Amino acid sequence: MSEEVKAPKKEKIPRQKMPEQPANVRRHNFEEVPNGYTPELAMKEAERCIQCKDPRCRQGCPVEVEIPAFIAKIKEGDFEGAIRKIWEKNALPAVCGRVCPQEVQCEGMCIMGKKDAPVAIGNLERFAADQQRKHGRDILPPKAAPTGKKVAVVGSGPSGLTVAGDLILKGHDVTVFEALHLPGGVLIYGIPEFRLPKEIVASECHYLERLGGKIEVNSVIGRSETVDELLEHFDVVYLGVGAGLPVFLKIPGEHFIGVYSANEYLTRSNLMKAYDFPNYDTPIVKGKNVATFGGGNVAMDSARTALRLGAEHSYIIYRRSRDELPARGAEVHHAEEEGVEFLFLSNPLRFLGDDATGRLTGVECLKMELGEPDASGRRRPVPIPGSEFQVKIDTAVIAIGAGSNPLLTKSTPGLDLNKWGYIVADPKTGKTMKPRVWAGGDIVTGSATVILAMGAGRLASNSIHDYLTMGW
Amino acid sequence: MFEIVERQEMAQGTIISNWIKAPKIAAKAKPGQFVILRANDKGERIPLTMADSDPAKGLINIIYMVVGKSTALFKTLQVGQFYQDVIGPLGQPTHLDKVGKVICVGGGTGIAVMHPIARGLKQAGNFVYSVIGSRSKDLLIMEERMKAASDELMICTDDGTYGHHGFVTDKLRETLEKHKDIALAVCIGPVPMMKFCCKVTKEFGVKTLVSLNPIMVDGTGMCGCCRVKIGGQMKFACVDGPEFDGHQVDWDELNLRLRSYLVEEKVSYDQFKAGHGSGKCSCGS
Ligand SMILES: Cc1cc2nc3c(=O)[nH]c(=O)nc-3n(C[C@H](O)[C@H](O)[C@H](O)COP(=O)(O)OP(=O)(O)OC[C@H]3O[C@@H](n4cnc5c(N)ncnc54)[C@H](O)[C@@H]3O)c2cc1C
Ligand SMILES: Cc1cc2nc3c(=O)[nH]c(=O)nc-3n(C[C@H](O)[C@H](O)[C@H](O)COP(=O)(O)OP(=O)(O)OC[C@H]3O[C@@H](n4cnc5c(N)ncnc54)[C@H](O)[C@@H]3O)c2cc1C
Ligand code: SF4
Ligand code: SF4
Ligand code: FES
Repeated sequence: MSEEVKAPKKEKIPRQKMPEQPANVRRHNFEEVPNGYTPELAMKEAERCIQCKDPRCRQGCPVEVEIPAFIAKIKEGDFEGAIRKIWEKNALPAVCGRVCPQEVQCEGMCIMGKKDAPVAIGNLERFAADQQRKHGRDILPPKAAPTGKKVAVVGSGPSGLTVAGDLILKGHDVTVFEALHLPGGVLIYGIPEFRLPKEIVASECHYLERLGGKIEVNSVIGRSETVDELLEHFDVVYLGVGAGLPVFLKIPGEHFIGVYSANEYLTRSNLMKAYDFPNYDTPIVKGKNVATFGGGNVAMDSARTALRLGAEHSYIIYRRSRDELPARGAEVHHAEEEGVEFLFLSNPLRFLGDDATGRLTGVECLKMELGEPDASGRRRPVPIPGSEFQVKIDTAVIAIGAGSNPLLTKSTPGLDLNKWGYIVADPKTGKTMKPRVWAGGDIVTGSATVILAMGAGRLASNSIHDYLTMGW
Repeated sequence: MFEIVERQEMAQGTIISNWIKAPKIAAKAKPGQFVILRANDKGERIPLTMADSDPAKGLINIIYMVVGKSTALFKTLQVGQFYQDVIGPLGQPTHLDKVGKVICVGGGTGIAVMHPIARGLKQAGNFVYSVIGSRSKDLLIMEERMKAASDELMICTDDGTYGHHGFVTDKLRETLEKHKDIALAVCIGPVPMMKFCCKVTKEFGVKTLVSLNPIMVDGTGMCGCCRVKIGGQMKFACVDGPEFDGHQVDWDELNLRLRSYLVEEKVSYDQFKAGHGSGKCSCGS
């Protein structure tokens, strides 16, 4: 009996891995890579959270999701309670759970990470959202009485959707204008199906419509209507148009057939479903040897898309080294597992092509070495003279960043733009220099993250609500 | 959904005209601008210039040549049926300034694109010479509408079945020789036609506008697919154009890039021709 007196030492639970498709299978399909937690796995993982009194994880989350509180609900098996807790701060948890760079945000701060692996906050958030979508009751949050105020939201990316969702609940009449034929912004045209199923994005947008919001697709503001025209029949306008301008390498040969901006490559594959050509009408060059230039999430998505389109070799050509890759850790890991080949410390000089057919045949690069740290603290790559080398490729995807698309800003007098063409807005409220116009997300900050775009949307919606109800 | 309210086959069914209900676009459309259309959920985004618009009735007019899968699919759409998506107006409108005498040259479906520009230039008070051409008489479109839009209309056919026997460049050269005071040329048609027209106008030092038709996806400057080289600079035809100074265009590059998907286009069109009408078609119409 003596053994029973002593409380059994609590067994340490390891971080629960999410089941996923094996790398050799998934590199040939567009289905989602991780399958998600089962309720059992989720409850087990939830047990790992020690419910800190002053939770550091929450400080790491840009929208301050009540992390311990929702995890406690999962632990109890109250999944609806968990999603309600998350919804208080985050309207797109199924998305954030999948695409947030958790290792530098919530999970990066988790106390468990000090000695062991951090609690899998992202996976749990995703679980709660998926559980609700698939098995939950059809619950809609309470809505305030109509205020009679009209809000136009331009752009249906995460920042626009957040503003719209918040303001609908506060009783305002919201219309979202989207240039493309489907809403969702980068979530629908950029991030691939295997990382974020489009059914989820569609369901989030549908949720907005069920709340009573209107989404007008095929509306290119600046062309279909200008912001000033919108201001004639809306009380305020929110600009969440993203950073949709492709950046090219500006090296010779970029006109060759097979050279794509990442925006074009991913839009063809995701939005237009070119991976299912000719079942869908939009074609894409399905290269055997594909090189992607860049090192962020966009580059990982492009290189992994190339594999799924049938590439034998999918290279990532990056100026710096592995340590400097700005992509989410999970994406780099998945890319490596799937067989993406990394050429680090390499800089493209020119594309080579066949002048008769116009097709791309290769790229010439220069080797680099890491020198002194630059302003960003990262060691600056410096070229090694005479180290030119060529790679045989038939497709190139340029994923070195995005710029500010001038289509809307140029047609909107009175906005203040910075030297890169991004809209200047008050970081606390999202107010622009133009009366009754707010802005946020990538069009203010430059390319950032989903959750930061949503955070900016949240601040702006609070400020807009104050303005609409109290006049400031 | 955008309803087709009027439909006409031209040039022996190779060219189709649709009037489409799109009141918001019609209210804004200006000469030189285009729309992007998608027939159904699986469809490609196809750019077509607006050949005309009627803001009072809320209608826009597109005129397109059947060249591949998507335009063949469009051709199957009848009055009372719908395009799923119509987006626009896109692109920069033509500057319709009064410059004096102008010459407008249109070839093939380029005539449709040219028509509102010629009309606009005339309304702005210019004297408009127009030259339109096609391979043969049966394929010539919009003769009446172009006559109304011009002060003087010249017609050319490659095979001599109607009007001048020869290319539009012949009449262009002749007119420029006769009227040294022509201040502007607008040339719209197939790439080779525009290229050769520009050669001629360059000899005469006459400023020349052309309308470029590179392959597009979004039409909002987001993807860079439509990039063209103008005076050595990369421009996006969907937002910076589609009209550019013809003497600055890198025609060879445009020609190459238009061939990007020759193989895929054939696969798609062949599948369509085999399936459509046999009842086994996946195009949804
Ligand atoms: C391939 C890719 C992968 C990424 N991966 C991640 C990731 O893993 N994690 C992460 O956190 N972030 C990721 N990001 C970044 C993230 O997606 C963006 O920071 C975020 O989407 C920005 O949101 P937004 O609402 O500001 O703009 P966007 O999502 O860009 O949406 C803007 C919307 O406005 C529309 N629009 C533009 N102009 C007009 C106009 N004139 N009229 C009407 N509508 C207009 C656009 O069509 C678009 O739908 C990724 C980005 C890309 C491109
Ligand atoms: C701004 C603009 C205005 C245009 N206006 C007209 C017009 O008024 N009337 C008209 O008949 N045609 C016009 N075109 C051309 C028209 O868009 C193409 O003929 C059409 O896309 C062909 O599609 P398809 O599937 O039938 O043929 P496909 O077999 O796909 O292609 C045939 C050829 O058309 C071109 N093409 C293919 N896809 C595209 C695309 N997405 N965008 C542009 N070109 C493509 C290629 O050169 C290709 O080789 C215009 C193009 C542009 C860019
Ligand atoms: S929103 Fe993102 S950062 Fe915040 S808790 Fe969820 S996954 Fe973490
Ligand atoms: S820091 Fe980690 S352990 Fe602490 S509450 Fe947050 S998730 Fe739980
Ligand atoms: S069509 Fe995409 S940038 Fe012009």
